Amino acid sequence: MKSKRPAIPYLGWMLVFTIVPLVMVVYYAFTDSEGHFSVEPFINASVYSEVFLYSLLIALISTLICLVLAYPLAFSISRCSQRGQSLIIMLLMVPMWMNFILRIYAWVLILQNYGPLDMILNFFGIDVTLIGNSGAVIVGMVYEFLPFMILPLHTVMSKIDSSLIEAAQDLGCSGFYVFRKVILPLSVPGIISGITMVFVPTASTFLVAQYLGGTQFMIGDVIERIFQSDHNTGSAIAVVLMVVILGCLVFMNRFGDKEAVN
Amino acid sequence: MKQNSVVSLKDINFKYSNEVILNNINLDIYDKEFITLLGPSGCGKTTTLRIIAGFETPQSGEVYFEGEKVNDLPPYKRNVNTVFQKYALFPHLNVFDNVAFGLKLKKMSKKEIEQKVKQMLAIVDLKGYEKRSIANLSGGQQQRVAIARALVCDPKVVLLDEPLGALDLKLRKDMQIELKQLQQKTQKTFVYVTHDQEEALTMSDRVCVMNNGVIAQIGTPEDIYNEPANAFVADFIGEANIINGTMLDDCKVKLLGVELDCVDKGFDKNKPVDVVIRPEDIEVVAPDQAKLVGTVEDVIFKGVHFEISVKCNNCHWLIHSTVSQKIGDTIGMRIDPFNIHIMDKMFLNPTNDIITTVYNSDKENNTTTFLLEGTEVTIPDTYFEEGKKIKISLPPDALYIAGDGVGHLDELYIESVIWKGEHNEIILESDERKWIMQSDIDEQVATYVPICFDFGKAEISEVTDDEK
Repeated sequence: MKSKRPAIPYLGWMLVFTIVPLVMVVYYAFTDSEGHFSVEPFINASVYSEVFLYSLLIALISTLICLVLAYPLAFSISRCSQRGQSLIIMLLMVPMWMNFILRIYAWVLILQNYGPLDMILNFFGIDVTLIGNSGAVIVGMVYEFLPFMILPLHTVMSKIDSSLIEAAQDLGCSGFYVFRKVILPLSVPGIISGITMVFVPTASTFLVAQYLGGTQFMIGDVIERIFQSDHNTGSAIAVVLMVVILGCLVFMNRFGDKEAVN
Repeated sequence: MKQNSVVSLKDINFKYSNEVILNNINLDIYDKEFITLLGPSGCGKTTTLRIIAGFETPQSGEVYFEGEKVNDLPPYKRNVNTVFQKYALFPHLNVFDNVAFGLKLKKMSKKEIEQKVKQMLAIVDLKGYEKRSIANLSGGQQQRVAIARALVCDPKVVLLDEPLGALDLKLRKDMQIELKQLQQKTQKTFVYVTHDQEEALTMSDRVCVMNNGVIAQIGTPEDIYNEPANAFVADFIGEANIINGTMLDDCKVKLLGVELDCVDKGFDKNKPVDVVIRPEDIEVVAPDQAKLVGTVEDVIFKGVHFEISVKCNNCHWLIHSTVSQKIGDTIGMRIDPFNIHIMDKMFLNPTNDIITTVYNSDKENNTTTFLLEGTEVTIPDTYFEEGKKIKISLPPDALYIAGDGVGHLDELYIESVIWKGEHNEIILESDERKWIMQSDIDEQVATYVPICFDFGKAEISEVTDDEK
């Protein structure tokens, strides 16, 4: 029989750093500043529902763009030689070793008015504002979180045996049908974990919008700001965000299971 | 050509990153036959199969399918289906959907697909398994699904790439018979790839023995076994005593100092040849009744027969006999003339000859250096003037595998290893030529080794211009 003893330190860790904080956040969300049970924080939080929906939309768009960019890339990486694969994956990881703020700040420099990109576009007579809008936020998000989409997709795809692709061709599949009937269904688990790994942080991230979004804040920024003065409302927003994300994930896993069976 | 050929390969050459995998392959596959491509690993049999399937494109040569050239036809347009080595079943589909995969692409009605799949599953003994997931099947069952998936598409030719390799011995034997029966029942052409000679002999109508990218022999299992084309085929198919001999005259061969009658004609006089004698063709008689006499070294009971090892003139012979012998006894070995098979040597020269120009030399230290395939090789205790043309004859026993990994020549490909009664005869291939080596140690074919030369055993002479 397997001993459960080695799990004890981790269970302790989870209790102290996951369960207890979670309970505390939920406790704050349902109490007023005097510590009495109250739904007032949720009523206060409803002011930010527009920012909330905007954040989810930005997260959704960023996640979809990541998926569209990462999918073909992950597939072509997975068909490279073993050495080529490790090299490309490492190159994808290198930017992640740099500080998060620094990377976002780099985008500020690129996109700002009279910045390099703006100058080039001006040269061709295109006059647009590149920074301080949703587009800039999405660009920043996609840049930050693209590796988190590529890695799980690549892991799943590199496990697809090339003989399966050959078998599909052998049985009469042209290129498109090989993708539709074999590669896509077999990569569903990677798509799901990729979406999870990108959607969850993009929905709750902060700072990216502060630097790139001008006046357009995301819900993460709101939580950060409110929490400093009002624990209760901040916790309430955090709880709602958590429930919504959980709902999305449950829905997606259901969908994924069904796809895998088909 | 008497029969219609379904698939024809003409002068196929295939290279993979500068390594020759197939060297001028010509092969006709006839309608409704069971043909096996047989050979050791690395001989090019799987590549040949993949070229027929369309997964590889040969650098030169033509692939014909029922008379039509199909070199540029992608796999999905060819009327062939493959049973893959590790089955390659789709893990996201159940048994029914795996088998129906090819039919669904052919735009058949649902009813027709269902009927065909059910019928095919019944043929491979998997009735009622339609809804099972692939992961819940045993190896043998997965094998049947893979065969059903290929056959249900009704291809003209079925390609099988070592399909029984992953199964246990007993199951494999059962499946061999089942596959053969299935082929006869469905009247399809089967092209089967294996390295198991027994499997090839059991199942095939014809066997194509391959070695190092070339076809060594094509024939019926009986032909291949009884009349092997060369020592490699004889050694690879079944057990054989392969001994160096000399052809004295038509129907007269000399081996181990004894003259024997045989039935082969047309060889040059005094030509060195390989003599092949199957162990079951040797009759044990009293010493005074046979020309070959030896001492029994070892006797092993093998169930059907005894395997008797006999030493005769420094040469170890293998005999299969239903009668046991006592170890240490002297016995006579009688062989009927028609059981002595004479074949040309695979390596025509008895020695490895190098003709080269002296690159530089050192009179003081008494050494001579020449260039061999781009590297400098120094001969000790020999002096020839720089620029002189010399001939170096290295007998097979002057070559040895470099123990420390650094040889005069590195990365020689072991093409064949054949036991010649006294020692192994190994044929190696370097970048530019072939070498023959003698060794007491068994080596693995299709691997690479570094080789050293023992110039003490070599014969070195100057070549005068008119000798050229």
